[in-house]
Amino acid sequence: MGDYFSRYFTRIGFSVLASIIGALFALPLIWFLFAPFNARAELGLAIPDPFTLSNFVTVFNNAFAIRGLWNSLLHSVGGVILVGIGATLAAYALSRSNLPGKRAVTYTLLLFSSVVSGSAAMVPIFLIINSMGLIDTHFAVILVFAGGLLPTAMFILRDFIDGIPRSYEESAMVAGASPVQSFFDVALPVIRPGVVVIVVWSFVNIWGSFLIPFILLRSSDKMPAAVAIYSFYSEAGTPIVTLLAAYALLYSLPVIGLYLFVSWRFGFRFFGGIKA
Amino acid sequence: MASVVFNNVTKTFGEFTAVKDVSLEIGDGEFVCLLGPSGCGKTTSLRMIAGLETPTSGRIEIGGVDVTMKHPKDRQISMVFQDYALYPHMNLADNIAYPLKVRGEAEAKRHGRAREVADILKIGHLLDRMPSQISGGQQQRTSLARALVYPSQVYLFDEPLSNLDAKLRLEARGFLNHLQRDMGMTAVYVTHDQAEAMALATRIAVMDEGRIVQYAPPIEIYRRPATTFVANFVGNPPMNLLPVEAMTVEGAIRLKAEGLSIEGLPVSQAAAKAIGEGGALMLGIRPEHLAIASGGEVNTISGSLFANENMGPESLVTLERQDAARFTARIFTDDEIRLDQRVTFTFNVSHVHLFGPDGARLPLDGE
Repeated sequence: MGDYFSRYFTRIGFSVLASIIGALFALPLIWFLFAPFNARAELGLAIPDPFTLSNFVTVFNNAFAIRGLWNSLLHSVGGVILVGIGATLAAYALSRSNLPGKRAVTYTLLLFSSVVSGSAAMVPIFLIINSMGLIDTHFAVILVFAGGLLPTAMFILRDFIDGIPRSYEESAMVAGASPVQSFFDVALPVIRPGVVVIVVWSFVNIWGSFLIPFILLRSSDKMPAAVAIYSFYSEAGTPIVTLLAAYALLYSLPVIGLYLFVSWRFGFRFFGGIKA
Repeated sequence: MASVVFNNVTKTFGEFTAVKDVSLEIGDGEFVCLLGPSGCGKTTSLRMIAGLETPTSGRIEIGGVDVTMKHPKDRQISMVFQDYALYPHMNLADNIAYPLKVRGEAEAKRHGRAREVADILKIGHLLDRMPSQISGGQQQRTSLARALVYPSQVYLFDEPLSNLDAKLRLEARGFLNHLQRDMGMTAVYVTHDQAEAMALATRIAVMDEGRIVQYAPPIEIYRRPATTFVANFVGNPPMNLLPVEAMTVEGAIRLKAEGLSIEGLPVSQAAAKAIGEGGALMLGIRPEHLAIASGGEVNTISGSLFANENMGPESLVTLERQDAARFTARIFTDDEIRLDQRVTFTFNVSHVHLFGPDGARLPLDGE
C-alpha cells in the first residue's frame, strides 16, 4: 500500500515539475503571439486590449523592412538550391564510389566547414569576394552561404546514404538502367528524406543569418530581414517593442510555413518496413 | 538462355583474395548452385557474373561473348537479391515493371506484362500495395517477378530464400524447382544451405576459401565428396569423420581406432600411396548409413550414449567416444528407440569413405 502511494506521489510530483518547466518555455512564445497585436506592447506579458493590427500597418509601410523579407527569401532559396543539389550529388559520390582517400576528403571538409568558415573567416571571405568584384551582389551572399553549409550538408547526407543498401541501385542496373537512370529512378527517391532535412536545415540557417549579408552587402535595398530588423530600433539603440514584435512574427512565418509544408508533402520520415 | 564461363578468374579486395583462379563452365539451361560457408567467395563470383564486381584478372563469358568489362545493364541478366531490393517508393506493379520501363515500354504494356507474371506468382491481387505493406514471402515473390518480367540470358540468385522462415522457404524452394523445370532457364544460385543446393541444382560448385573444391551433380557430391570439407558441408547431419590408423595387411586395408571394428577394405592405388606415406587417414560414414547393432556384426563402432533425439519419422542417436569425438546415426523409424548406456552402431563397408591426410578423397577399388 505504502509502495502504491509513494509511486502515486512521485508521478504527481513529476507532472507538476514538468508543467512548471513547460510554462517557463511557453511564456516567451505566448508573448510572441500576443505582443504583435497589442498597440502598447511592452516586454511584460499582456493580453492585447484592444486587439489591433496597427503594428502591422506600420511595419508594412516600412519599405526597407518588407524588402528585407524578400531579400531573405532570395538568399535562402538560392542557397538551398545550391546546397541541395551540390550536397546530394557529392554525398552520393562519396558514399558509393571507390575513390581512394574519400574518407579523408569527407573529414577534411567537415573540419574546414566547422573551423574555418564562420566569423573567423570573415576577413579572407570579404577579400576574396572583393577581388572577384562581387561585393554588394546577392550572388556573393548565396555563394558564401552555400560554401559554408555544403561540407556539413555533405557529411550528414553521406552518412544517410551510407545507411541505404546498394542493392537498390544494383538491382536497377542489372535490370537494364544506366547509372544516371538508377540514380534518378531509385536512389534519389529513397534518399529524399535526407535531402529534405538538408533543405530545411540550410534554409533556416540562411534565413536567420546576419553577419555574412551585413558584411558583403552595401545597398540597403539588398539587405535581408535579419539586418532590416534593426530599423525597428530607435537611434539610441532601444527596441521599439511593438513594431519589433510584429516584424518578428512576419519574419518567422516562412520558416513555420516551410516546416508545415515539408511535413505535409514529404513527412520527416523514412519509407520504413523493408527488412534488410 | 545462355552458358556462362569463368576463365581463371581472380578477385582481390586490397589484401584479401575473395576468389582465387576459378574456372567454371555453366551449360545452357543448367541450374548451378554455388555452395559454401560465408566468405568463401560465392557471392563475389555471382556479382562478377552480374557485372557488379570487376574481376582483378581472368575472363567471364555469357553466351560465348566476353562480358568481363561490360556494364550490368548490357549483360541481359536478371538477379534476385538477398534483401529483395524492392523500391520502397513504388507500388508492386511499378516495381515489377521497372525493367520494362528502362527498356522504354509503354505504361499499359508493361503493367499488362507485370500483371501476367504477378498472377503466375500469386501476387496479382497485391499490385497496388507498397512493398512495406506486404509480407516477407510476398516481397520475395515480388523480387522474383521483377527478375522474370523480361527475357534474360542468365538468372542470378543471391541467397533469395535466406530471409524467409523455414516453412515459407520450403514452399519457395519447391516453386523455384518447378519454375526451373518449366522454363529450363540458365541459373546461378548462391546459397550456404546444402539442402537448398541439393534440391535445386543440376550441378553444385562447392566453394571454400575462394576456390571451387568440387563441381559435380548433387548426387555425385553426396556419394563421392571430393574432400572432408565437402563431406562435412553436404548432408544433414554432416558425415561422421574419425581419424584412423591404416595399414596394408595381406592385400587389404586394415583400419584401427578405439571402439572400431571393420573388415579389410580392398586396396586402391591412391589408398596404398597414402598408407605408404604415414597411414593417418580419415574414415567417413554418413549418419543415414549407420544402424543400431543387434550383436554379431563385423563392422561396428561403439561408445557411450550421448543423445537420443526422436524427430517423428526418424531418430538421431549420438554416441560419444572416449576421445570425445561424436558419431551420429540417423535411424528411420517412428518407434521409440530404447538404448543402454553403451551403444554400438553397425554399417556396410560399401558406405565407407576414406580421406587422406590432406583431406582429399581416396577412391576405393571399384570407383
